[in-house]
Amino acid sequence: MSEIILRIDGKEVKASTEMTVLAAARSVGINIPTLCHHEKLEPYGGCRICTVEVETGGRTSLVAACLYPVQPDLVVRTRSENVDKIRKMLLELLLAHAPDSLELEQLAREYGADKNRFEKESSFCILCGLCVRYCAEIKKANVVGFVESGTRREISFIPERAARECWKCKECFPLCPTVALQAAYFLTEALAFPSPSPESESER
Amino acid sequence: MSRINSAAELEDRRQKILSKRDGEKPAIAICGGTSCLALGNDRIISAFEDEIAGQSLENRIHVRVTGCLGFCQKGPIVVIYPEEICYTEVKPEDVPDIVSQTVVSKKVIDRLLFTDPDSGQRATHFNEIPFYRKQQRNLFGDNSKLDPKSIDDFLALGGYSALSKSLFELTSEQVLDEIKKADLRGRGGGGFPAGLKWETARNAPGDEKYVIVNAHEGEPGAFMDRALFTGNPHIVLEGLIIGAYAVGSHQGYIYTHHDTPQLRENINIALTQAEEYGLLGENILGSGFSFAVEVHLDIGIFVSGESSALMMAIDGKTPEPRPKYIRTSVSGIRGKPTNLNNVETWANVPRIISKGSEWYTSIGTERSKGTKLISLSGNIVNTGVMEVPLGTTLRTIVYDIGGGIPNGKKLKAVHFGGPMGGSIPESLLDTPLDFDELAHLGAPMGAGGMLVIDEDMSMVELTRYFLDFLANESCGKCVPCREGIRQMLKIVTSINQGKGREGDIELLEELSEVLAGASLCALGRTAPGPFLSTIRSFRDEYEFLIKDGDSVYRSSLKNEEVPAERAKTIE
Repeated sequence: MSEIILRIDGKEVKASTEMTVLAAARSVGINIPTLCHHEKLEPYGGCRICTVEVETGGRTSLVAACLYPVQPDLVVRTRSENVDKIRKMLLELLLAHAPDSLELEQLAREYGADKNRFEKESSFCILCGLCVRYCAEIKKANVVGFVESGTRREISFIPERAARECWKCKECFPLCPTVALQAAYFLTEALAFPSPSPESESER
Repeated sequence: MSRINSAAELEDRRQKILSKRDGEKPAIAICGGTSCLALGNDRIISAFEDEIAGQSLENRIHVRVTGCLGFCQKGPIVVIYPEEICYTEVKPEDVPDIVSQTVVSKKVIDRLLFTDPDSGQRATHFNEIPFYRKQQRNLFGDNSKLDPKSIDDFLALGGYSALSKSLFELTSEQVLDEIKKADLRGRGGGGFPAGLKWETARNAPGDEKYVIVNAHEGEPGAFMDRALFTGNPHIVLEGLIIGAYAVGSHQGYIYTHHDTPQLRENINIALTQAEEYGLLGENILGSGFSFAVEVHLDIGIFVSGESSALMMAIDGKTPEPRPKYIRTSVSGIRGKPTNLNNVETWANVPRIISKGSEWYTSIGTERSKGTKLISLSGNIVNTGVMEVPLGTTLRTIVYDIGGGIPNGKKLKAVHFGGPMGGSIPESLLDTPLDFDELAHLGAPMGAGGMLVIDEDMSMVELTRYFLDFLANESCGKCVPCREGIRQMLKIVTSINQGKGREGDIELLEELSEVLAGASLCALGRTAPGPFLSTIRSFRDEYEFLIKDGDSVYRSSLKNEEVPAERAKTIE
């Protein structure tokens, strides 16, 4: 595990080679916004809010800070006209789904994002995958997962598993940046859980 | 058949096969490609079998069901050897005449020959038909000469001699050097130099390395890889084994569709035969080099053909792309160096090794060498699979090979690269087929699907169609791709329905920038391609629809039958 030096927003930053740009920035108190990142989980690279500009060998490119590995002499810019434009639009795209999310509203204020720019399609979920990955990686329960692909993608609880596992856990609830997860869970519970019968109660 | 244990034994086996074959014995090659199959060639095959049995000619005539012969438009195609007489649009009732007149009495049947619609001339042989005349079928040409289920047919044509040369006459460095010198560029879409990719995997640390044939070909309008791989599986397999030797890999994968039964069958037969002959598996041809191949089937989504998603699938995970900040040539399957090339790239390898890089670089343009398979479809007279030297102009492809535009319509554009590609307007038709020239025009060659568009097609509708395709086929993991495509599709649909607004074009341009800049994989980054290329060359169509589209759309609805639910959304 060797140490290298890179430059983030003009500041020299020491980092070990297995770190990502996001981790290196955070280690010196430079904030890069994220929506799908969680320290206990594998980096995901889904929300792209952490997009930053990097310069290597004279070439500038846009990368996801949560996944991009640090390199010696790497130059990182966490804010630029380009980066801000991208973050603003990504927020606008997400606000069409979850206009009341506090996390999104806060970022929207910072980047001047207009929550009414795109027609509302209130699915509430922004598909950050925190619940799905927490359930799989930390709890190893795989109760909630993604179904479908592309624009039809959504999260879904597997009723049989949820009925068995969720009552004792619900640790994913506070991870959700919107209210979609709880809604999805309670909907599953209402529609698909076996109704308690005297026998099953006594078995427990 | 017994195992072959040396280069000399391979040549012996080849001579033995050839000595049993009489070059003068008539052979009937019947196209067994997907299109001819759909046109009912199974009835033609059984008609030939019955007729030959009826005349007791079984020992005098060889019947061969081949892979695709390319001229799908005029199928089913039947070729009579040794004269190479080519009959098009053959029907079962033509079969008795073909056997007794052409095969037995050596007489050409005029009515079954292809007639050039322009000159009225009849073509007797392959290369007299305009569709074939300007092609150079280095890879595809063997399709008519072999039965894809017969390794002996492949050996009779010199098959596996490039492998034997690589293993016994060349070091793995020399094989790599030859591919680098040939300047072979990846045929799957990116056009990345194959030699450099091999070298990266070869030099990457670790003993365990993998090589993959990407036979996914999910792009709508692309059907050339399937035609080549189904029709000549051993040429691809030979290339793969040579590549494995150069890279230092002992395990390969073939990744393909679950729903291509013909291809799967031919691949499986080829693998079994190659193993029996000692051309695959432990100690290949007694050289000490071992290499095994496993077939992996997809689950039917487009993005699983993307290289990193494909490797996730082989790893047993959800086929979603991962960022390639560390290249798959360094960290691919199970984190090991993995070299992936597509079907056509691998098929070029044995040819380069046999004939040399100098021969190869004599074909093509300055920076795009060799030939390219193209599947030609859309508003074109001759739909089919063809192979031309790179540098052939698009005009030659459309008019000389493709036969022009049907129904007296005018050509508007040609579209390359499928849903993430771009369109080239008619005014630039003299552009040569070249990786860089096409990319420069915003229409990267992609895998080689070429869609011809006539004057009646709306470019806005074409863009909408591709966005609609991607909205379903994106994995949906990252926000710019999933949400950006969703919004672009909504806007283009509304423009197309005459409900566009001022500022829509600018918003589409802004969305395109975010998709291109922030998406996780190449699908999202290049998804704006059709929009960007059509706004460049056909901006007036968008502007016209935004300004006057409402009236145009309504009047077009009166003339056409509109499905009820679509009519409802317009109201």
